[in-house]
Amino acid sequence: MAEKLKIATTSLGGCFGCHMSFLDIDERIIDLFDLVEFDRSPLTDIKHCSEYVDIGLIEGGVCNSENVHTLREFRKSCKVLIAVGACAINGGLPALRNFIPLEECLAESYLTGEGIDNPQIPSDIELPLLLDKVHPIHELVKVDYFLPGCPPSGNAFWRFITDLAAGKTPTLPYDLVHYD
Amino acid sequence: MTWSESKQEKVLAIVSKHEIRQTRLLQILREVQDEFHCVPKNALEIVAAELGLARTKVEGVVQFYSLLSLEQQGRFHILFSDSITDQFQGSRELMDYLSAKLGVKPGQTRSDGKVSLGFTSCTGLCDQGPAGLVNGHWLSRLNESRIDRIVDLVEREVPVSSWPLEFFHVEDNIQSPGLLLQSPIDQGEALKQLVREGFEEIFMEINRSGLRGRGGAGFETAWKWRFCAEGPEDYSGSSLVDKNERFVVCNADEGEPGTFKDRILLNSYAHQVFEGMTVCAGIVGAKQGFLYLRGEYLRLRPQLEAILANRRAKNFLGKSILGRNGFDFDIEIHMGAGAYVCGEESALIESLEGKRGVPRVRPPYPIDRGYLDQPTVVNNVETFAAVAAIAAYGGAWFATQGTDKSKGSKIISISGDCERPGIYEYDFGISIAEILMDCGAENTLAVQVGGPSGGIISGKEYHRKLAFEDLGTGGSFMIFNKKRDVLEIVRNFTHFFAHESCGFCTPCRVGTTLLKNEVDKICDGHATSLDLVGLSSLAKFIKTASHCGLGQSAANPVLGSLSHFPQAYKDRFKDVVFEPGFDLDESLETARRMSARDDPWAHLEQ
Repeated sequence: MAEKLKIATTSLGGCFGCHMSFLDIDERIIDLFDLVEFDRSPLTDIKHCSEYVDIGLIEGGVCNSENVHTLREFRKSCKVLIAVGACAINGGLPALRNFIPLEECLAESYLTGEGIDNPQIPSDIELPLLLDKVHPIHELVKVDYFLPGCPPSGNAFWRFITDLAAGKTPTLPYDLVHYD
Repeated sequence: MTWSESKQEKVLAIVSKHEIRQTRLLQILREVQDEFHCVPKNALEIVAAELGLARTKVEGVVQFYSLLSLEQQGRFHILFSDSITDQFQGSRELMDYLSAKLGVKPGQTRSDGKVSLGFTSCTGLCDQGPAGLVNGHWLSRLNESRIDRIVDLVEREVPVSSWPLEFFHVEDNIQSPGLLLQSPIDQGEALKQLVREGFEEIFMEINRSGLRGRGGAGFETAWKWRFCAEGPEDYSGSSLVDKNERFVVCNADEGEPGTFKDRILLNSYAHQVFEGMTVCAGIVGAKQGFLYLRGEYLRLRPQLEAILANRRAKNFLGKSILGRNGFDFDIEIHMGAGAYVCGEESALIESLEGKRGVPRVRPPYPIDRGYLDQPTVVNNVETFAAVAAIAAYGGAWFATQGTDKSKGSKIISISGDCERPGIYEYDFGISIAEILMDCGAENTLAVQVGGPSGGIISGKEYHRKLAFEDLGTGGSFMIFNKKRDVLEIVRNFTHFFAHESCGFCTPCRVGTTLLKNEVDKICDGHATSLDLVGLSSLAKFIKTASHCGLGQSAANPVLGSLSHFPQAYKDRFKDVVFEPGFDLDESLETARRMSARDDPWAHLEQ
């Protein structure tokens, strides 16, 4: 039997909804394990990517410096990188803050907002700094495929990954990208 | 906040001056803007209530046109032309100079409310730039010493009507007149011929002349008129001729950057243009005509009104023109308000009706359903001028010039890097090389024929000819010499389209902005060869998927320069696989400052 494909997944500025939807492939996950093994992912709790990963699935947009490092690690390791869901593709909900200056966002949260005790901007080298704008991931690295949806359905994940595993260019028939 | 009664009265007076007609909404809002230096919320509500329109409808119109504003502008509102030729003449540096002197940035109003600054797409003074507008009036040949004087006038609050006339002086600048410009008709000559020979005979002359529309698309004028005159049939195929009113519209919304021929025609040949419209009205059976004058040409309006009054007095307009029973026609001037897309005929008609200038779905074409859904002829200024000459001198006079498929002559507006910019008229079929020689262009890198929506031509194509069958043009001819950077030109044009997109269809609204961002990324040195793949597929998508001509041509600067000057792109590319289009480390700056950090983890590499 051929070697299994390695898949890594992560959520940057996302809500993990795409990961939850991925799990909606239900019992097909057993078939999936015949084809792939999971590398770095919240599902495995592996903290870093192996040197070579076949498929990287990224949920969420790029909000802070840690997101940048994570995304770059994925790009470095993964042969095929896929932007999954509205936030990775367009910035999504977190990008709504792009219309408000970061200064005001931070002040509202940590200095002037209601019920704040001991107002101060958190400052610790372990804390990632926020970028002044939230970016879709293709503005930072080359992205190979885009899997649309908020979230993409379990069937869309299944189709995309099985297509790739079969060595085909993934395609989504209309019913998988039709949401109403 | 209650609004003073005198202000309310003023708005009501403007509305009733325009006979409380919805079609005059744009004209009303222009006057409100003039009065208050913005369209105040209260005025908006009064206008909406008086006209029986929803407030949001009226607000939508205000937001559509760049010369109208919801925010308070200064009592002196100064706009600089941002056309590429003005930029290359130093307009941006002059704006910096002006902005520093006045202490206000472009796009802002100074706190004392005295002055506001901004940019506008093209003022039609590319041959006499750098140019601008103050309260809607042309400012030509700007330079530092002139700006010093302007600053002084603004600070002393001298009304624009008392500013030195030389600031507003605009020359026709006809460098080389041809068929039309050399032989203007005598007033009334064409109409007398029309009444003497009969409508059908003059129509045949126009048909014989082979005249094609001068706006760029080149539809045969005679056929357009015939379709309008006979036009539309009902579903059973019987004609509706008697049930319809007809309209004649002259498209003087000369917004294509680098075009200014209509400025000259309306300044010195307006009689002939109006006469051409009247000939058209006689032939198609229209009673009402409109001259849709672009907002930036405000200064021409008083003299045009005077000419119209003069023509009415001579019975060249009005009832029973030249004694012919039933030949009734009059012309009204409608002002635009700074929207390039209104040069597209169906958008122009929407604007004439007082709405946002969003292009309609065609067909039905205006000849079937135009102004107020009635058959309407829309022709370019130059077309009407030619019509009058053909009616006076005959179709053969016109048809002997030019080429087989492009009869007659074309007036072109030359700007950019040459000794003698200005107006040139040539018989169709002239080569680009000959034109370049005539206007004294040397070391020419490229010529933009037909403005941003046209095409860019490089050295190996200067043998090509000006004609519908080769290089068609509405009249813009911008020359760039070898000191210019092609990508800066592309960047300017791409920004222009993103700014002028009407926002109706997604491929254009979103696509032009994506295109702009991508070109900025290339110009700022962040792009790699990978970006080219995305850029060209995006460009092709916008071209094929957009609703109207604006979107369909918005990618032309990118596509044209990619095929003619691929090296200009390659020279800018970084030798990495990919890089973000913005400064990553810089975008952490706010967070760094607010959390008082500067450790290695508080920085990012590009």
